[in-house]
Order: sequence, then structure tokens, then C-alpha cells
Amino acid sequence: MAEPKIDLKNLKAGGFIKERGKDLFTVRLRVPGGRMSVDRLSKIAAVAQKYGKGYVHLSVRQSIELININFADFDAVVAELGEEQQKVASCGARVRVPTACGGCEYNPNGLVDTQKSALEVDQKLFGTATGHHKFKVGFAGCPFDCPKSATNDVGFQGAVWPKLDADGCISCGLCAKSCTEGALSMGADNKPVFDAAKCIYCGDCIKVCPTSAWSAEKKGYTVRIGGKWGRRPLIGTLFATFVPEERVVDFIACVLTWYQEKAEGAGRVRLGDIIIREGWQSLLERLRSEFPQYVVQETIAPHVIQNQVPLPGQQA
Amino acid sequence: MQTIDLRGVTCPTNFVMAKLELEDIEAGTTIEFLLDDGEPVKNVPRSLKDEGHKLLALQEKDEYYVLTLEKGED
Ligand code: SF4
Ligand code: SF4
Ligand code: SF4
Repeated sequence: MAEPKIDLKNLKAGGFIKERGKDLFTVRLRVPGGRMSVDRLSKIAAVAQKYGKGYVHLSVRQSIELININFADFDAVVAELGEEQQKVASCGARVRVPTACGGCEYNPNGLVDTQKSALEVDQKLFGTATGHHKFKVGFAGCPFDCPKSATNDVGFQGAVWPKLDADGCISCGLCAKSCTEGALSMGADNKPVFDAAKCIYCGDCIKVCPTSAWSAEKKGYTVRIGGKWGRRPLIGTLFATFVPEERVVDFIACVLTWYQEKAEGAGRVRLGDIIIREGWQSLLERLRSEFPQYVVQETIAPHVIQNQVPLPGQQA
Repeated sequence: MQTIDLRGVTCPTNFVMAKLELEDIEAGTTIEFLLDDGEPVKNVPRSLKDEGHKLLALQEKDEYYVLTLEKGED
């Protein structure tokens, strides 16, 4: 038998996608959280220059895709990228590369370190086989939620719980005016009154207060589960609040175990559809047993987005 | 008391102008700044506080705010 031209081990991790043209493939490189060093970027550019046809593509989930790569060059591409620093990104029924916005490090709106979370999830869970379908995780730094966290299987959104030091307040009224949720109003004593039920944990009051009378009592992630996009979109729903950054990996692992168990034999079905089938109570109870202090009392099933043709009640 | 009108000046120029004004006065002196509603009033007071000045009052007027502060030690 002839020597195989390429090392098939490199294919197993996924990240090699067949293109239309004969012998041509896309090599998807993972970029957790969408951040990479300029050195790596330069190296990728050099490899793309040498083996591609003049372009790369930035995937919608922040990966870099080397396009128009001849399969005969796989080994050389992998070797020149330095497999250790630049693993290819997975395809198939696995935990995908987490996405994240810039988060709090340099973005003035960010409340938590989304970049750190994305890296940690990438290191510990990336590539884990689900047995059923793909599994996406995303991190947003605050409730503006630019990364659309609720469209992920597990979506995290930075959150902060505000606390008032009334003595430090100079009664300017800015916090009440800035709270778009109507959770703050100015009381008879000219100090803000907080309506906890309306608060979405955005931290705008903390940011706007000129005297720092508002501060963060606690920080963490609001977690929504069961989202996906594609042909039959679902929006994930609320399962937990203020999950600390250091518990993120354990939390995802718990959801993953439930999914692996409950989807047994169901074939290629995403987490959200399994939640609808099994009932949200089952997942909520499982999570509550491990994370009692963060999991909400009750939730609702993932929202079905009725945007597909034919619309309900209409015949095509 | 000195009043500096920063209305019509956008961020971050308003902050830089306030900073320059503060350089010319003694620590402990009280000064007033007039700031537009919106971004200016959300940003300038906080930035000045971060520079070590003491915010005494921030009062809403018609479409603008009056910030009263005491210059901090350098
Ligand atoms: S979600 Fe918040 S922190 Fe992240 S990019 Fe958007 S505004 Fe910035
Ligand atoms: S955190 Fe946001 S929603 Fe909650 S009180 Fe403050 S400004 Fe309002
Ligand atoms: S923004 Fe701060 S100083 Fe102004 S009313 Fe609110 S708590 Fe008081």
C-alpha cells in the first residue's frame, strides 16, 4: 500500500471543510473570544499567502478560515502553523470554540472578563464530543449583549447587582434618569429608591454616579440555555443569575452531562429541542442540585421563533 | 465663585477644558461648571472625581446641569 499522502490524525479534530473546487478545503483556525496575538496573526497570514489563493475568511463565530487550501498541503499547513499554538477549530457534534465580545478589560460597558472566560472554556471543554449535535457557548460583557448570548446552547451575559451608600449620594438624580428599566426613582428624601424586580443588572447606575455612591455588591453571569439559530431558531431562556466567573466551566459541564444523557438515541438534536421535549424542570433540577445559590426558581422553555416559511396558519 | 460654561462643548474636550481651568486655581477653592445633559453630564463629573476633586453638588437646570466642586490637592 502506498504511503498516505496526509496525516489523517489532523482531520479527526475537524476544522477541515470540503470546498466546491476539486481537492480544495477550508482550514478553520480557532480564535477563542475573537482575540489573537499579532504574532499569530502574522504567522497565519504567511501560511495563507503561501498555500491559499490570496484571501482568508473571518467566520461569523470569530474563527479565521484559510480558504482554497489543497488537501495535499494539509500536513505542511498544520506544521507551519505550529499545531501547538494554533489548533484547528472543530466541526461536528462537539463543543465549539466559544465566542466573546471584548468584555470589561478595555470596553467601558463591560462588566466581567469575557475574554478570560472564553479562553478557559476553550482550554477545558473545546472539542468535547456531545454524542448528538454541536454545542455553542458565547459570552457577552453586559446586558447590551452584542454577541447575542441567548442564541447559544449556553449563553452568558455579564451582570452586576447595585448597592447604594446613601451617605455618599449628592442627590443629583442622574442614576434615576439613566436607568432605562425604571428600577430607580428619586424618593422624598432626594435619594434614589431601588425597585429590585425591575433591575436587569446592567450597572448603568454605578457607571453614571459621579460620587461612586453606587457600587457592585456582586458580579457574575446571567445564564440563558437552549438557544440556537439556523432553520428552526430557538432563543434560550433564563436558568441562572450571578454565576461567578470561576464556576462557568463546571456549570457548562453540568448542562453538557444532562444533554448527553437525555438526548441518548435522539440523533442530531440540539439542546434546546431536548429541553422542550423533556421539560425545563428536568434541567433546572439537575442544575439546582449543583448550583443551588445561582439557579432560578422556575423558567420557561426555549422560545420558538416562528420565522420560517410557511408562517403558522398559512399554506405555502 | 467662578463659573465655567462648558455647554455646547463635546466630550472629551469639555473634560480637558475643565482640567485646564482647575490648574489655575488654588486647592480647596470651589468652582462651578455648566454641563450639557446627556453624555457630558454622565462623563465629566466622574472623570473629575477620578482626578481627585471633591464633588459638592450636581443640580439639574433647564436642559443642563450645574456641577459644583472643590479643587483637590495635586
Ligand atoms: S455586550 Fe456589552 S461589553 Fe460586550 S461589546 Fe456589547 S456593550 Fe461592550
Ligand atoms: S443596574 Fe441597571 S437596571 Fe438595575 S438599577 Fe442600575 S441602571 Fe437600573
Ligand atoms: S447618581 Fe449617585 S449621587 Fe446622583 S442621585 Fe444617584 S446615587 Fe445619588
